[in-house]
Amino acid sequence: MDAKDILGLHKTSFPSSIEKKSRPPKESQRKPDGISREVYALTGGMPPLMPSIDAFQLKKKHNEKVTWQWLPFTNSARKDDLHLYHWVRIVNGVLPTGDYSFAKYNKSVDIIKYTAEEYEKYLTDPMWTKEETDELFDLCERFDLRFVVIADRFSSSRTVEELKDRYYSVLRAIVLARAASSGDVATHPLIKEPYNVSQEIERKRALSMVLSQTRQHEKRDEEVLIEAKRIAELRMASKVAEQSQLVVATNADAEVTERAIPGESPSPSNVQHPPMAVPSPITDNASTLASLRMLRVYLRTYALEQMVQVSNSTAGVRTIKRVEQTLQDLGINLKPRVPTKAVCAEHLELRREILTWLNLQKQVQYKEAEGSSYRDGTYGETPDTPKDRTFIPDSLNFGGERVGKKDQKRKGHGAQPTAAHKRPRKQKASDL
Amino acid sequence: MSHSQTLPLKKQQAENPSDDGSSAIKPSRLKISLPSEDSDKKNVNKRVKDVEICLPIVYGTIAFYLGRKASESQSHKWTVYVRGASNEDLTAVVKRVVFQLHPSFNNPTRVVESPPFEVSECGWGEFEIAISLFFHSDVCEKQLDLYHHLKLYPEDESGPQTTKRPVVIESYNEVVFPEPSESFLARVQNDPAVVVPRLPAGLNLPSPVPIDSRNDNERGDTKDHPLSQWFLNFSEADELLKLASARQQVLVQAHIVKLRRQLNLLEGLPPAKQPSGYDL
Repeated sequence: MDAKDILGLHKTSFPSSIEKKSRPPKESQRKPDGISREVYALTGGMPPLMPSIDAFQLKKKHNEKVTWQWLPFTNSARKDDLHLYHWVRIVNGVLPTGDYSFAKYNKSVDIIKYTAEEYEKYLTDPMWTKEETDELFDLCERFDLRFVVIADRFSSSRTVEELKDRYYSVLRAIVLARAASSGDVATHPLIKEPYNVSQEIERKRALSMVLSQTRQHEKRDEEVLIEAKRIAELRMASKVAEQSQLVVATNADAEVTERAIPGESPSPSNVQHPPMAVPSPITDNASTLASLRMLRVYLRTYALEQMVQVSNSTAGVRTIKRVEQTLQDLGINLKPRVPTKAVCAEHLELRREILTWLNLQKQVQYKEAEGSSYRDGTYGETPDTPKDRTFIPDSLNFGGERVGKKDQKRKGHGAQPTAAHKRPRKQKASDL
Repeated sequence: MSHSQTLPLKKQQAENPSDDGSSAIKPSRLKISLPSEDSDKKNVNKRVKDVEICLPIVYGTIAFYLGRKASESQSHKWTVYVRGASNEDLTAVVKRVVFQLHPSFNNPTRVVESPPFEVSECGWGEFEIAISLFFHSDVCEKQLDLYHHLKLYPEDESGPQTTKRPVVIESYNEVVFPEPSESFLARVQNDPAVVVPRLPAGLNLPSPVPIDSRNDNERGDTKDHPLSQWFLNFSEADELLKLASARQQVLVQAHIVKLRRQLNLLEGLPPAKQPSGYDL
């Protein structure tokens, strides 16, 4: 900074000049011709994807003479004689013909009209008076069978279902009465499937219930459904596995229920627990044997593979590799050359024994590592330091069987300086 | 799984009389004097629990280099086959074998209905052959699939190929039937190709009905097969010995480790790996 001052250069001159240079070209790029910058920015600052004016339109030929006139018109859809005005496009002095173009949209429903005679004969009902029925039909005509509106407008309070019921039963009776023969109207939708009031009421109630379900309800329902599906699948699987192991079953079921209903109050009754096993090859020996027995035919090598998988399921990938390495070192093929029943059994036993041996080795190594790390904790300290003395009583307590390796580790770590950790690890590596 | 047992049985019964005369060739065939009765028909659907029938087989390929007669497209003559491990006749259990060859072969699906269950071809390429074993209806409704990679070229590529020594790759395996039907068990009880364990006492099996075979004059076993000199030997005893010695070694090692662990626990102080200069 000082140097620049000395040299007489302004410290920000370099970068600022670049900024100034970059801004003007950008600005001029942005600003299009024809419209102002702000207006262009309204469209998002980008040119539109499609042209708003089709270039083709501009090229049309203008042969005809088109003028526009303000003329009166009538609407055939109206019942009164109203005259209104609008702009009319005149082409070469010729007026457009035809009815008002929107008149064709005036559609309405054809409501049946019954005579008083017909009413007396077919349509009487204890729940309905003639006046009410007439009113109903009148409203139906006016409001195009929009029963919600009709129900609202109806003088006495009737539910939508009641009105519908009355309307459709009247209609049905009329249709049947007016039909020349019963065969004619057999295909009429109302004859085939008459309106069912109770069903409709039920349906609407169910719909409203579904609509008004809270989130919680939905979640609970989903969980129950998943649980039910899982149980159905369990049942299917258990049908295949006729021979079952109850121990495995109770464990599996306990797991399933715990997972599916986390902290829920007793779920509905359709969640039953089938007391049958789920044969899966990776769980344990008994279920593997059971599943093998379920097969009508299998190869000995397949059976061995399944059993090996089970025994490997408790071990990690590295341990499995060590087992296989050990087998090779002992001169044993990973897949026996002559897989008879006896050979496969021996092979399996050998694998298990190797696994046990490796696990034992690991345990001993851990313990020895801890031991030597304790020893190394004394490094650099005089024998008289109280730390040593506290070590010895601690390790004497290890005389009894210790279940958790983790406990031992924790104790060790707590009392040592961290530098000592590295040494026992190195020793372990050299051991192997 | 449903079994339609009665229909095939009837068929066998009808053709039995013709079978009796020429069945002397096959010692494994049991001659029946009485046709099956109704009670037996009901029993044949029953399965025998806790009995497992085992059929040891060997399957593989033998490939010969054709030498002077070799061409670009046909350099080797090879045979893929399935045989009994002791070269006995498999037809009491196996109905037919289907070999699925490489699609470049004519009619790559070769169905072999009678022993010897093999297919011989000429070709130049190595590929995986799918071998499907189909069993008689009272044995198993499902087929069993095996896979074998055809090898034409020997492992050590030292020198030119010889027409005298073929490349032989065989695999031993055992087909296990965990809960055989009574009729199956009755039929193969004394079959040399099949390994049947000691049967539980008091087991009443129906009278066995032998399977009708088409070629009564041809042998089903492969003891004198033209290629039998190349068949490999699969000795269970060798494997067992090796395994036993391996287990012994492992047990010894494990024992040593266990002792070490016990020492650790007894002493309380784990022994040092290296004598450290900072011992108390």
